[in-house]
Amino acid sequence: MYSAKVIDHFSNPRNVGEIENPSGVGTVGNARCGDIMRMYLDIDEQSIIREVKFKTFGCGAAVAASSMATELVKGKTIQEALKVTNKVVLEALDGLPPVKVHCSLLAEEAIHAALWDYAEKKHIVIEGLEKPVNDVSETAEGEGY
Amino acid sequence: MIYLDNAATTQVSEAVLNEMLPFFREIYGNPSAIYDFAGEGKRAVDAARKQAADLIGANPEEIYFTGGGSESDNWALKAAAEAYASKGKHIITSKIEHHAILHTCEYLEKLGCEVTYLDVDEDGKISLEALKKAIRPDTILISIMTANNEIGTIEPIAEIGRIAHENGILFHTDAVQAYGHIPIDVEKMHIDMLSASGHKLNGPKGIGILYIRNGVKIRSFIHGGAQERSRRAGTSNVSGIVGFGKAAQIAKDTMETRNAQETAIRDHLIDRVLSEIPYARLNGHRTDRLPNNANFCFRFIEGESVLILLNQIGICASSGSACTSGSLDPSHVLLAIGLPHEVAHGSLRLTLSEDTTLEDIDFVVDSLKKIITKLRNMSPLYEDFVKNQK
Repeated sequence: MYSAKVIDHFSNPRNVGEIENPSGVGTVGNARCGDIMRMYLDIDEQSIIREVKFKTFGCGAAVAASSMATELVKGKTIQEALKVTNKVVLEALDGLPPVKVHCSLLAEEAIHAALWDYAEKKHIVIEGLEKPVNDVSETAEGEGY
Repeated sequence: MIYLDNAATTQVSEAVLNEMLPFFREIYGNPSAIYDFAGEGKRAVDAARKQAADLIGANPEEIYFTGGGSESDNWALKAAAEAYASKGKHIITSKIEHHAILHTCEYLEKLGCEVTYLDVDEDGKISLEALKKAIRPDTILISIMTANNEIGTIEPIAEIGRIAHENGILFHTDAVQAYGHIPIDVEKMHIDMLSASGHKLNGPKGIGILYIRNGVKIRSFIHGGAQERSRRAGTSNVSGIVGFGKAAQIAKDTMETRNAQETAIRDHLIDRVLSEIPYARLNGHRTDRLPNNANFCFRFIEGESVLILLNQIGICASSGSACTSGSLDPSHVLLAIGLPHEVAHGSLRLTLSEDTTLEDIDFVVDSLKKIITKLRNMSPLYEDFVKNQK
């Protein structure tokens, strides 16, 4: 069902974790649908993404797409990172099953959401970046078991 | 490999296979034929019919062999709707039935039937009071499963059957998960029709039965020859039928010891998971459940990722997450027992066989603990939960 690359990135995900005081952080997805992706970016004065970390709640494809996306943007400029689209992530993973293609889209949105957060904090406008669809629903906490 | 997906399908037992083998090459005659060569096949089919009947206290002539559980469910519902159309068009079922029932009901609704889908409580049981209230003068059929395939909950079938018969309503039960696993008696439980499938009890795939009580006037579903007393056409699947019969006979003979053994191992599994893995819950009734079924939800993680990691260490299991159902929604059963979507996505079903050992289960639980920790450390939901707790 999954390519060897997907299985590799799912089994040994790169850049899992958090960044304290990140330049930007974005969370996208929806717990109802079973996918939530959070991406942390550390961006230096030259607009280069020095560090990137992620956390994902979701299936194997969602984790692999997040992991691959972090590898693809790490060390890149903001403008280069914007070119990491869902298609780029999809190709880098050697494809995903049709029902899982939305996971690669989520990875693109997570990058955009983190960059948007960075732009808002810095009060700057990133050319070519639109406000991401951030549909994280209120998560039900404390069901008590 | 540790195979814990026996609710999906089981391994054909050696005894069943040996019983089937002669009917592929040696005794291949069509049992409907007149010559002596066909006679042995016919006798074998008759013997299997008796074995299938004995398991549920039925008469052999009330057993009809079909192509499997889904066909039996389709036949029972569609033929009952047709046969009783002059009496009414109302059917009562539950929200946690298998799709072979639910999708057939949706199909019948398109043809003009009206269907009441009963709610279940947090354990997955239907309410007898709600059932009584749902009955209308034009109710022709009640179809409630004997035991649920996902969460293992056993429904109060005898009481449902009694209510159905007190109201002169036909009662069908999908017993695909229960047949051969827990005691069923069609007389004591007032069952008019019952579906079962061979491959859930160490028999072959592609063979099932529909029990139809004598006197229930439903017609043929597959039209053609005069097989199965003209009610189910098609050349008899002799090897499959023989395999089904043998599997039923073994299931009957071993049920008591097998149940005791599986229940003990299942309870060990449930106890260990609930005491050693935080934020885990058991889905389904704690005691009124199939002896081989355990179903859990682990909060903050998604089921498919658990399955992939289990698979990597040779453990076969299943989940009710959306990613394994091929839709955006998690299992309808888990939603029906009231779980929020994000919790239902984190479900794991482990279904044992008589070959499952305590050592297997200890290895699975030890592995699960590591897998759940790994996935939670990767989960933004868990991160938020921990931060909110501080």
